[in-house]
Amino acid sequence: MAVELETTPVLEARALGKTLGGNRVLDAVSLALPKGCVKVLIGPSGAGKSTLLQCLNFLIPPDSGTISLEGREVNAKSKRELCALRQQVGMIFQDFNLFDHLSALENVRVALMKVKGMSKLDAGELALAELARVGLADKAALYPANLSGGQKQRVAIARALAMDPKVMLLDEPTSALDPELIGEVLAVIRDLAQNGMTMIMATHQISFSASLADEFLFMEKGRVIEAGSPAELLRRDSGSRTKAFCAKISELTGEADDMGGECKV
Amino acid sequence: MSTPYLEFLRTELAPGLMEGLWTSLVVIVPSACLGAFIGVVAGVLRVYGPRPLQRLTEAYVSLFRGTPLVVQVFFWYFALPYISIGGHSIVLDAVPASILAFGLCSGAYQSEYIRGGLNSIKRGQIRAALALGMTTRQAVQSVVLPQAFRRALPGCGNEIIYLIKYSSLASIITVNELTGMATTIAKNSWRNIEVFCTLGAYYLVLVTLATWLLHLLEDALGVPGFERHKS
Ligand SMILES: Nc1ncnc2c1ncn2[C@@H]1O[C@H](COP(=O)(O)OP(=O)(O)OP(=O)(O)O)[C@@H](O)[C@H]1O
Ligand SMILES: [Mg+2]
Repeated sequence: MAVELETTPVLEARALGKTLGGNRVLDAVSLALPKGCVKVLIGPSGAGKSTLLQCLNFLIPPDSGTISLEGREVNAKSKRELCALRQQVGMIFQDFNLFDHLSALENVRVALMKVKGMSKLDAGELALAELARVGLADKAALYPANLSGGQKQRVAIARALAMDPKVMLLDEPTSALDPELIGEVLAVIRDLAQNGMTMIMATHQISFSASLADEFLFMEKGRVIEAGSPAELLRRDSGSRTKAFCAKISELTGEADDMGGECKV
Repeated sequence: MSTPYLEFLRTELAPGLMEGLWTSLVVIVPSACLGAFIGVVAGVLRVYGPRPLQRLTEAYVSLFRGTPLVVQVFFWYFALPYISIGGHSIVLDAVPASILAFGLCSGAYQSEYIRGGLNSIKRGQIRAALALGMTTRQAVQSVVLPQAFRRALPGCGNEIIYLIKYSSLASIITVNELTGMATTIAKNSWRNIEVFCTLGAYYLVLVTLATWLLHLLEDALGVPGFERHKS
């Protein structure tokens, strides 16, 4: 920590602003993701979590603010720089967004070939290894239409990991899944975090994320209004907005009131 | 007393129609290819092109879908030679004029199916492709078009079937394709019923063959989620 070099965040956003349809969706949001850290975005619907995550890789270009990858500011006007950034920033979507006409293997392989210029053979080998990593080696030949939701999301994770990203952005990766399928995806995400992947994840899975997050960021109306360790923010007497919000969620989903860090997955 | 039908078919009708069939194919195959090519280009431009090009392709589609095909055929054959630009004018023979007319008209309809196919692909998949570092062009080429093409294939196939049938219009600008040959034979032999019923059968066989080929193509491209809906 003492050395300047080590503290350069993998990804850093400064004062991101975005207005959509007259709404101030992001209002001067800043955040830094040091190497290996896991941050979790929570907050009510419409807070701007998805917008923030998509601004981080310029899928939604921010109106103002800057984004730096490993200390180098990204020039948003250069298409080449944007493609280079996106190769190093993996993204997982709520609704998987697998390519429907390609098998699981081809889904993982296609960007390796098109973007990284790998040969079909090498790309195929790597793709198979990535699928094995998420426990889907035996499903490589199946098409999205024949995969369950949990399997689709794991293919999507393998697809992102195959590009060897420096950081992962996850936007509610389990929200579109049936309850019995959530566990298999969370297990993969936990594995990733334990292997040191730098991540920022929007989620409503409070107890799960409390067990692996270094920091919770509570968003409301386009701003990060609270930030801190899960234990701190979720303490019974913390009086934080985060605590109140999480209590409401757990009431709805029937999670235990005590969310001090144990995971029930 | 005239010769029996089979004798007439063997000695006169079939050889004449065979020649016409060949000419028909010379018109149909290039105009189907031209139409498919124009359809894909115009369809992609209508969805992803810059504004001015979107407008331009939309105008093209309205014009060619909004006027009778006979008028278009007449235009390319009879009117084009009178349009001179800098003292030069273009005179097209009947066959190239038909191919141009059918290709342009077919392309206008094909672009509708391609556009529908493109729009049916969820934006999320494009976002996912971009998020992996693909350029917009790569995303369209390797994610959107292959799916849009599969979705558009039944409609595009239908359009090609129509093209086979409306290729008979070439006969009115003196192309001796199937219908042109049949008309000549009918005039000379006075056996209208037999000639035109046989002509109908030829088209029926052509259309059946084309349908079968298209189904083969659909099955070859079919993956789970994109199967041909068997009736
Ligand atoms: N294209 C758009 N035009 C206008 N407003 C938009 C647009 N996209 C998003 N918004 C608005 O921006 C706000 C933030 O949306 P965003 O999807 O980022 O929220 P979120 O925190 O991800 O919510 P959720 O938990 O429901 O996913 C919402 O109020 C939404 O209505
Ligand atoms: Mg969202």
